[in-house]
Amino acid sequence: MSFVSLGFLLFLLILFILYYALPRRFQWALLLAGSLVFYAFASPKYLIYIAVTALSTWFAGKLIHDAYAARDAFLKDTPDITKEEKKSCKEAAKKKGRSIMVCCLILNLGILAVCKYTDFAIGTINSLFGTDIAFLRFALPMGISFYTFQSMGYIIDVSRGKYQAELNPARFALFVTFFPQLVQGPISRFDQLSQTLYSEHAFDAQKITQGAWRAVWGFFKKMVVADRLVPVVTGIAQNPDKYAGGYVLALVFFYTIQLYADFTGGIDITIGVAKMFGVDLAENFERPFFSKNITEFWRRWHITMGTWFKDYIFYPVSVSKWMLKVSKWSRAKLGTQLGKRVPVYLSTILVWLATGIWHGASWNFVVWGLLNCLVIIISQELEPLYAKFHEKCAFSNTRGWDIFQMFRTFWLMAFLRVLDVYRNVPLTFRMVPTIFSSKGWSEMFSGGMLKFGLEVRDYIIVAIALVIFLIVGILQGKKPVAEQLAEKPLVPRYLIVWILIIVILVFGAYGIGYDATQFIYNQF
Amino acid sequence: MEEFMNILRDIRPDVDFENCTTLIDDKILDSFDIISIITELNSQMDVAVPADQIIPENFNSAQALWAMVEKLLDE
Repeated sequence: MSFVSLGFLLFLLILFILYYALPRRFQWALLLAGSLVFYAFASPKYLIYIAVTALSTWFAGKLIHDAYAARDAFLKDTPDITKEEKKSCKEAAKKKGRSIMVCCLILNLGILAVCKYTDFAIGTINSLFGTDIAFLRFALPMGISFYTFQSMGYIIDVSRGKYQAELNPARFALFVTFFPQLVQGPISRFDQLSQTLYSEHAFDAQKITQGAWRAVWGFFKKMVVADRLVPVVTGIAQNPDKYAGGYVLALVFFYTIQLYADFTGGIDITIGVAKMFGVDLAENFERPFFSKNITEFWRRWHITMGTWFKDYIFYPVSVSKWMLKVSKWSRAKLGTQLGKRVPVYLSTILVWLATGIWHGASWNFVVWGLLNCLVIIISQELEPLYAKFHEKCAFSNTRGWDIFQMFRTFWLMAFLRVLDVYRNVPLTFRMVPTIFSSKGWSEMFSGGMLKFGLEVRDYIIVAIALVIFLIVGILQGKKPVAEQLAEKPLVPRYLIVWILIIVILVFGAYGIGYDATQFIYNQF
Repeated sequence: MEEFMNILRDIRPDVDFENCTTLIDDKILDSFDIISIITELNSQMDVAVPADQIIPENFNSAQALWAMVEKLLDE
């Protein structure tokens, strides 16, 4: 069941009515039932995958809980033991917790790896060694990367003692399967999500309305902008022999807009729908295209994935005993200044490699991840130069310079992202330089861009939508737009919302040669 | 304590470690700085900071950081 379908709206309506009609103590159980129905509609066979992840992670959490409870009971019952004995008892429990956590990680990341990366590995072996091993084509359950990472974050936190394990398997299953976030995240943290996921929620008209507005805004982004641009993006990317030069620049620009509208729109729907049920999900974006550099961009784009990688890969690897040894070795061999940067950069490379692979089973994503990493490391190395530049050049503190930096970051990210759409890495590197040739430019502006099923009015709609995105982005800098809207008098408030709904109904792109039901990040 | 403050100042000379209590909340320290601090603590003071201690409450101020270091030394 896709968010962008009448079936979903009907499902939402029924669940919503039942949610507020039934006694509140049943609300979380109803959400679980609704989430399982939602997932079953994607395909009943996928339920087994998510059930294995939910049950194995719950069970591992329970085992860790029991081990830590036994430790606490022992320490409480034997207050006279020595400090060393206490330390040894704590160490033993910690070791047991860690072993259980590692087993859980191996099982679940193993499932993810087999489902998602087996064919990638086979394809790589075939191309390297000239073999002809048949692809296994495992089913890729919806949202597997998201729910696996969310569950693994939970088990790591429980083993670290950050919070208590959830002992009720049904309640834990809701944390893993909560339907709005199954499609494309955000990757929630148990301690944050559980605060509102299991609570009883009264009918809060204001919160429900704001949630509905947020979802409508998401549908606008997805249906009016993202889906409208699909034909031009696929048309150019899948026909590199026909469309080079200027068309590639158009592809770079339009794919970035499509991805932004698709992913942020999907998250707006997710957060808005969750809010209608009284559940607060973590924000996944913070006006990413207002970033002045790539590091800032990655703090504002897909925030929950970035913080996941930071907390569960970057920090643990950076402070591991092995890395501290590397640090000492590199300082001795390379000097303090260069040597102390080695562990940070090694961890950064590892994180970006993982980020690339997480996004998709192809070399395109691996190269994309490593290029992001390269730009970040170069920026870090150039930091002293930037500081001098800011000191010497007064104009670097002006609004105009800020805008230039945002513009530069947009194009930098846009060019890196083009690796998503071309068939392979060599083709991408062959096509991008053609922008600087004369190919395609004159054809583009003499009707070439109208060959993809889009008319002039479609481009005008996208242009107007971009202006709206910009205005909303500027307004969002002060406080959430839904809150600002709620402060407006009744007539303009509802006029804006209804205009948005009418625009979606009139200008929403419905099935002109593409599958409007898929969100781009749904595939990740 | 002075040795510890020198480590911080050496990594980020532009930050007022004496008074700032929102080093993480206000995004003054980034992940590169945090790892630099941890590797310096390990190198100069022989303190190993485990990953589960890298939380905003421990890194928001020099005082909080020092409290964490003392706790880890005590263990």
